[in-house]
Amino acid sequence: MKPVGSLPFLEDLWLALPELARTLLVMVGQILAVTVVIILCVAFLTYLERKIIGYMQNRIGPNRVGPGGWLQPFADVIKLLLKEVVVPSSANRFLFIIAPLLSIVPALATWAVIPLFPGFAIAEIDAGLLYVLALTSLGVYGVILAGWASNSKYALLGAMRSAAQIVAYEIAMGFALVGVLMAGGSLNLGKLVEAQSGGLFSWFWLPLFPLFIIYFVSGVAETNRAPFDVAEGESEIVAGFHVEYSGVAFAVFFLAEYANMILIAALTAVMFWGGWESLFAGWLFSGLDGTPLELLRAPGIHWLAFKIAFFLFCFLWFRATFPRYRYDQIMRLGWKVFIPVTIVWIVVEGAMAALRIGPWSA
Amino acid sequence: MNAISNALKTLSLWELLKGLRLTLVNLFVKKVTIQYPEEKTPQSPRFRGLHALRRYPNGEERCIACKLCQAVCPAAAITIESDVGPDGTRRTTRYDIDLFKCIYCGFCEEACPVDAIVETRIFEYHMENRGENIMTKDKLLAVGEKYEASIAADRASDAPYR
Repeated sequence: MKPVGSLPFLEDLWLALPELARTLLVMVGQILAVTVVIILCVAFLTYLERKIIGYMQNRIGPNRVGPGGWLQPFADVIKLLLKEVVVPSSANRFLFIIAPLLSIVPALATWAVIPLFPGFAIAEIDAGLLYVLALTSLGVYGVILAGWASNSKYALLGAMRSAAQIVAYEIAMGFALVGVLMAGGSLNLGKLVEAQSGGLFSWFWLPLFPLFIIYFVSGVAETNRAPFDVAEGESEIVAGFHVEYSGVAFAVFFLAEYANMILIAALTAVMFWGGWESLFAGWLFSGLDGTPLELLRAPGIHWLAFKIAFFLFCFLWFRATFPRYRYDQIMRLGWKVFIPVTIVWIVVEGAMAALRIGPWSA
Repeated sequence: MNAISNALKTLSLWELLKGLRLTLVNLFVKKVTIQYPEEKTPQSPRFRGLHALRRYPNGEERCIACKLCQAVCPAAAITIESDVGPDGTRRTTRYDIDLFKCIYCGFCEEACPVDAIVETRIFEYHMENRGENIMTKDKLLAVGEKYEASIAADRASDAPYR
């Protein structure tokens, strides 16, 4: 891969660099591009969240900063940047500062293995699914450390709730992914998407429907979003684990929460909804090729983006619709409903694969 | 039968889907929020805002210091002192309304036999210093002079109904 330079001396300069430096530059460029895009998406996700939930509640939402209010996220960011980061006197300073970083890093690092368009992920590794499971589990350390380092009872209670909830739902998520892995026959996310090639009805959501529902709902619980947001139940424990955080440190937690939402939406799209596959693959006739409508047939990042946007909308939709679960109900749902259902479906799937019923050829 | 349909409803998350449908429909409902500084809610001619004291077209004060408003005021917000005026008629020497006590019920306006004390459409006002909440006679008359046109028009449009 090399940049297409119209300026010849730039191209000479590029070729004069050692091989290692070129690879490094390309990698850093890709990482920066993905990170910046995600952070921008987070910014506008907060805006869209307030707008969509507002509209669902028959309100208008933010509309003062910029036309239609679309500059609101920038106003919010500037406000948070200008505020002081207060470290409580009895807090463990090192852990207090490092906790937000521990929660943002896994949310961004997981993007390395997401197949963005046909044949491309930043890191095309074979154990991609394991990497995803490992990194998404790491996020809980940020939460626990934040609650512990704050040395505050509300923060500690929030962290405990959050940690217990994440651990409970992680298991259901893991089992749901085992189902995907059985159906796709690979741990490589790119191969998983290729295994779903075809239109809407070739994707895994249909044969794995219960697993898809459980994966997405567990994803909502995993990101501590409504209706599973007891970790920051403001009526009982103010704001949960990040109650002592202010300014930029709080902004990083906020960023991590929304980056995780985008990540869960992307993973759901990749595992169950065919990633970058086109919704109409094989349905629309090929006479459209050559016109802009070709994009409807062609697989690509636009389809991934569309699916991610749809699942993000579902996150906001749930938040606008459902009241918060009680804590014991969350635990019951996780341990006594989701985990048994996933295990049963894995058995069913295994039986179907062994008897060669169903779309996969295991 | 009932048990089966209940089980089906639970399994298909029917109630949750109903809730989702409700919010989705409301997403597209036309919003009726009024954007306040740019848009304002329509006002009735009977709107009860800031008080004013009116004069007759020839410049004579309407108020005859009968103190009916003071008597009817449920919040005891009106203080009146009276004396014989320069032309030998009965006039107020002091007419204070404490806006902090006033509940904007409009009884003073109803009680007034000469339409002297009225409530205008003005509702966007504020105080910056202590004591500004007392509307003295001079301030009330000044408001009356400034908004006489709209006050008179509102009284005229409401006249057929009283």
